[in-house]
Amino acid sequence: MAAKTMFEKIWESHVVREEADGTTLLYIDRHLVHEVTSPQAFQGLKLAGRRPRRPGATLAVPDHNVPTTDRRFGISDPVSAKQVKTLEQNCKDLGITFFGMNDIRQGIVHVIGPEQGFTLPGMTIVCGDSHTSTHGAFGALAFGIGTSEVEHVLSTQCLLQKRPKTMEVRVEGALSRHCSAKDIILAIIGKIGTAGGTGHVIEYTGGAIRSLTMEGRMTLCNMSIEGGARAGLVAPDTHTFLYIKDRPLAPKGELFERAVRAWMQLTTDPGAKFDQVVELRADEIAPQVTWGTSPGMVTGVNGKVPDPREMPDEKSRKAAEHALEYMALTPGTPMTKIKLDRVFIGSCTNSRIEDLRLAAQYVKGKKVAPSVHAMVVPGSGLVKQQAEQEGLDQIFKEAGFEWREAGCSMCLAMNADVLQPGERCASTSNRNFEGRQGKGGRTHLVSPPMAVAAAVEGHFVDIRYWS
Amino acid sequence: MQPFTTLTGLVAPLDRVNVDTDQIIPKQFLKTIERTGLREGLFLDWRKKQDGTPDPELFLNQTRYNGATILLTRDNFGCGSSREHAPWALLDQGFRCLIAPSFADIFYNNCFLNGILPVVLNAEEVQALFQAVRASEGYQLTVDLAEQTVTTPQKTIYRFDVDPFRKNCLLKGLDSIGLSLQHEPTIAAYENKRKTEAPWLFPDL
Repeated sequence: MAAKTMFEKIWESHVVREEADGTTLLYIDRHLVHEVTSPQAFQGLKLAGRRPRRPGATLAVPDHNVPTTDRRFGISDPVSAKQVKTLEQNCKDLGITFFGMNDIRQGIVHVIGPEQGFTLPGMTIVCGDSHTSTHGAFGALAFGIGTSEVEHVLSTQCLLQKRPKTMEVRVEGALSRHCSAKDIILAIIGKIGTAGGTGHVIEYTGGAIRSLTMEGRMTLCNMSIEGGARAGLVAPDTHTFLYIKDRPLAPKGELFERAVRAWMQLTTDPGAKFDQVVELRADEIAPQVTWGTSPGMVTGVNGKVPDPREMPDEKSRKAAEHALEYMALTPGTPMTKIKLDRVFIGSCTNSRIEDLRLAAQYVKGKKVAPSVHAMVVPGSGLVKQQAEQEGLDQIFKEAGFEWREAGCSMCLAMNADVLQPGERCASTSNRNFEGRQGKGGRTHLVSPPMAVAAAVEGHFVDIRYWS
Repeated sequence: MQPFTTLTGLVAPLDRVNVDTDQIIPKQFLKTIERTGLREGLFLDWRKKQDGTPDPELFLNQTRYNGATILLTRDNFGCGSSREHAPWALLDQGFRCLIAPSFADIFYNNCFLNGILPVVLNAEEVQALFQAVRASEGYQLTVDLAEQTVTTPQKTIYRFDVDPFRKNCLLKGLDSIGLSLQHEPTIAAYENKRKTEAPWLFPDL
């Protein structure tokens, strides 16, 4: 039998039928839904007189629009409130499970899927959200879709897809103690570029990946889309099975044992071929900081703002000039000289309990610089509760951080958490696009420890040498 | 969905790489529960310079591009967020065809599902078109999906690739959900097989 990659195994076990040109009707095991990309899909479904094929394979939660301050009085923005209400009503009408804003299980859709055991290895998982790639950390084929496709999945539990190519990103060696999965993925994007993975599913392999915890693997897979790949995968192993065991929606007892035996067969066979292979050394990765308006515009914190004149081609030169103008940065400035106004710890990339524990460890006993406004937004109500049980909220609050309710918050600033024009932010989120965190706002993507250190010092510091 | 067969139309240039969907349609327009009325948000943050005056570089601020139906742009157009509001906004503005050296995956797919044809030409061809568009006001191209060609006023013909299945759906304006539902018995048979093979996938919420 031919050696197969993990992607090929998952894909092939989900083929319902194939068209002559290879377009595949692919079965979808799990569907996550949030308020922003679903209303038009539900409307289409209803107008066509259709019902969801498997409402029980779908889980809905509001996350993009929800306030991260006191929620007892609802959402003050009437447009946001209407969108969240529309999701709740659609779920009620169609028999879909919905975690409301004041449910402890509410949170960012890509945090709660794994947290509830909704995400399992070998599954196909979709959501009208590009960061669905997060769930690939479990060895699930998970990718973002548009609203038309949300309607397609609701109606048919399937999607029409062209088979993507495969890319192996192998990371060997040991990561510096102060670096994390965030630095690995930013370094990968810096190497392959923001379109490097277009048309591909990435499988992350190598010793540095195997050593990552499940939450680290989620951070890694989360940003696959920032490298252009719709999906990223990590082979399931003991870390994965232990993480899943006893989660509310995970299989139990005999069924769990049987599932684990099947999940162990998912790994890429020795000798299987990828369409592309990229290799990195983890020991060469410094803490990463983005300097531009695209996640591939990234360097080590020990580096400098690059000079567009030294870019290899006209296209990159122009893009860098635009970016530096927007970011108000001068070529040659050491990254550690960049001063910050805001610090945001949160998002589907870095808002899980391990992220908060790590950040708290660095900030304990220190104070946020007076010039900096810093906030922590946990990824879910349950993450928040866990952090509070461990006293992490006290550490953050004593240091001067705001401690908020769960949601997407200032990652994309659809709620009231917004950068003002010209404000510069160290953010643990995933996109440094122009205006992403607020019109005119300037975003630098970093890991949670780097964000914390920047909050304390008021500028970036090399966390490896920070006392 | 409106079919796409041939289109002869005015071309507007957007000379930027990695245009993300946050730029195509900013977040505040994502709160809608409708598909329409999004043109006012199209490239909103690029319409004005920091001093508040209209940025003359943006095609939307140049009357010569009023009524354009074809957008000419650069690599990795539509990257980032999966928001289908991006193709909806482009469609609302009147664009039926986009030409670039590459597109981001999710956006590319979303276009086909909304009657927009994204055409991939190589970087040299796109560069030649940029020069031509800038050089002559009223520059038009003819795009023929059946023939998979883009034809210039000088009768230069550029060929492009498109998946046969997507092409057929777009040519006829087919509803892909309706197509998939025709295979309901096959979907049901697949589910029954999987319930035996992998029963842990089936306990529903």
